[in-house]
Formats: sequence, structure tokens, C-alpha cells
Amino acid sequence: MIEFHLDGRSGLSPYQQLVQQVRHALRLGLLREGDQLPKVKDVVTDLAINPNTVLKAYRELEHEGLVAARPGVGTFVIATLGGTTLAALGPLRTDLRRWLTKARKAGLDDESIEALFLTTFRTATSEKLA
Amino acid sequence: MMALRAKGLGKKYKRKWALRNCTLDLGRGHVTGLVGPNGAGKSTLLNLASGMLEPTTGTIEVCDGVPGSGPAQLAKVGYVAQNTPVFAGLTVAEHLRLGAALNPGWDDALATARIGRIGLDPAQQAGKLSGGQRAQLALTLGIAKRPELLLLDEPVAALDPLARREFLADLMAAVVEHGLSVVLSSHLVADLERVCDHLVVLADSQVRVTGEVEELLATHHRLTGPRRDLDTLPADQQVVSASHTDRQTTVIVRTTAPILDPVWTVGQLTMEDLVLAYMSAPVPGRPALEVLR
Repeated sequence: MIEFHLDGRSGLSPYQQLVQQVRHALRLGLLREGDQLPKVKDVVTDLAINPNTVLKAYRELEHEGLVAARPGVGTFVIATLGGTTLAALGPLRTDLRRWLTKARKAGLDDESIEALFLTTFRTATSEKLA
Repeated sequence: MMALRAKGLGKKYKRKWALRNCTLDLGRGHVTGLVGPNGAGKSTLLNLASGMLEPTTGTIEVCDGVPGSGPAQLAKVGYVAQNTPVFAGLTVAEHLRLGAALNPGWDDALATARIGRIGLDPAQQAGKLSGGQRAQLALTLGIAKRPELLLLDEPVAALDPLARREFLADLMAAVVEHGLSVVLSSHLVADLERVCDHLVVLADSQVRVTGEVEELLATHHRLTGPRRDLDTLPADQQVVSASHTDRQTTVIVRTTAPILDPVWTVGQLTMEDLVLAYMSAPVPGRPALEVLR
């Protein structure tokens, strides 16, 4: 079982934070198939947050095929993140390191690199949307 | 099934409108946050919903009934007014007895348990309680009445951070367990961000924006870029607020479409940004004042 927390400075809404924390726990192996997510009522009273927020987060995770709700019992993990994605991480990281070295050689400082990455990332994301 | 439905609702005191042309639909089981500057009409709206005031114009329906129309309606709605009034001469225990006698759906077990947990002495006179304790007593009466809709006017203003968190947790537990609908006004946007799924921003006696919190946050963006004329923005981008320097334009827009123009740096808004943008934005239909720096 994991315990949720909310970060007021994360820039993410409470619902996004809950989804992210479950996915993070799945990636790190803190949650495995068959594990139960905290009961909605417990999350609500522990964090003093809106129950619809928790339900929405669980629905989203369900939609992604990561958890399944068993009526009257609770919500359980049915899939893991990682595995294949974990294997792909190594080469991607190497590529990114090479790119970073190139960027530094070209004279970019940390902030410029971050800005370049973010704008490119956003453009690519909005192209995908459009 | 609506918890609260207002159409063209207005309230005029002598010559001044406290609330104008208010149209709202708040569904059941939702927690709605009411924010706005002092004097924006928040308390007036809550008083209209509880039946303490009668509308000057328009209509309001609460839990499928007219506010203040009779005992059945009163039983459906709980109301904790601003400054959490209690009877100074009565003890805490007498308040609970009064609550049990006056409310058909009274949950005595819940009331007693809550008083015990908060650490209120049942024999204490309410007039001698601290501000925070008085608020807790009033809130206990509101929850134990087991209403369908609970109206709270600045409920946590007098509470310390721990008591505030515990109160909000209790409130949320009541929402889960009893399907309670809640409308609460507060200046503490960080609290509202946690507990509310719907938001109503009031300013200048009018509803400036209302909707589901997640949806509002997803459709509002802060765009920053080189200075430009706002008339050149796409028609689907509704400008909430804008400011310009000689070179830069910052604008908060509402749109359901993605922002495709590459000159903009797109930033997400927090609930606080959103509330402030609407509170300080010029009222539509009045000439906009452009800020030049």
C-alpha cells in the first residue's frame, strides 16, 4: 500500500499528482500487480481532499489499464510500468548525454539548454495534438 | 438533480445591487468553492440559498425546493453563517440537545463523537468558547443536522492550521459517506484547491466564471510573447486579462483548442492565478483599461 501526499508547489493539480504518484510507484516497483490502492475514503480523510478528485484519478488509471476497481472491495493494480520501457531507458539516456555534450560545446548554458528542450518538447507535443 | 439552481438571480439593498443576474447550476455531491473580494456578493448568495433573504429578481431553487418555504426545505439545507454564531448563554451540550430537537435527521452519535474529538467540554457555556472552538461547535451542528446541502460562509477563517485541516477532512468524509453537497466561501484558495471540484468566482456582484475546477485549469493559459495587438488573437481564445510592456505582452486566455502559435510561451495557471485573473479583470461590457508600463 502506498500513501499519497500533495505538494502545493508542484504546479500540478491534486488529481494529476495522485495519478503521477501511482505511476511513479509502479515504475519504482513500490506497487506491484495485485496490490490495493488506498481506499477513497482513507485518501479523502488523510489529505482532506475532494472525493471526486480521488475517483477521477482512479478512473484515469483504470482507463490507462493500470488498475481495476472491484466493486465493494477496492481498486487493485493489474499492470506494471517499466519492464520494456526500463530497457529502453539506457540507450536513450546515452543519446541524451551525447546531445547535452554537443549543446555545451556549442556554448549553451544550463538555462538555454532547458529552454531549448522545453520549447522543442512543447512544439512536438502540440504538433502531435494538431 | 441539482443542489442549487439560480436563474437571473439578483438582490438589491436600498439602492445598491449586492448580487446581479446570477445564473448557476451546481450538481449534487459536488463541493463548490465561492471566491471573490469582500463585498462581491458571496454572503448574499448564501443567504438567498438558505432562505434568510428573498430575491429581488430571478429565481433560486435549492435541492428541488424554494429556500425558506417550510420545515421540509429547512431540513434539507444546513447553513453556518459568517462568524459562526452560537447561543452565548447555552452550554455545548445544550446546543446538541437543541440541534436534536429542531432537526428531524439529527445524527447524535456523530455530533457527540465530533465534540469529543475536538475536545470541547459539554458543560462549557458557548459564550466562553474561543473563536476557533465556537467555529467547531457551529460546524458540528451543521454536519450533524445531516443536510443534503451544507452552506458554509468562511467556515475556516477562525481555525488554526491543524483544526482547519481536520475540519476539512471531516467535511470531505461527510461528502463521501452521505453524498453531501457543499457550497463554501473562503479566501484561502489553497484550501479550496484541495476540497473543491467546482468553482464560482464572484466580483462586482456578478458571477465572473463558474465551472469544474479541472476543466477551468485545463482551458486557461498564460501566454507570454512579443508585444502584439489582442485583436490578432484567434477568435476561439477568450481574453481574461492582458498586460503589455513596450516589448512584451502577457495575456491570460480561455480556450479549449491547443495554442499553436509558436511565438507564445505557454504557461499553466494555478487556481490562485485563475481566481486573481477573474477578480481583477474588467467587467465585460465596460471599456477595458489597458495597462501600459
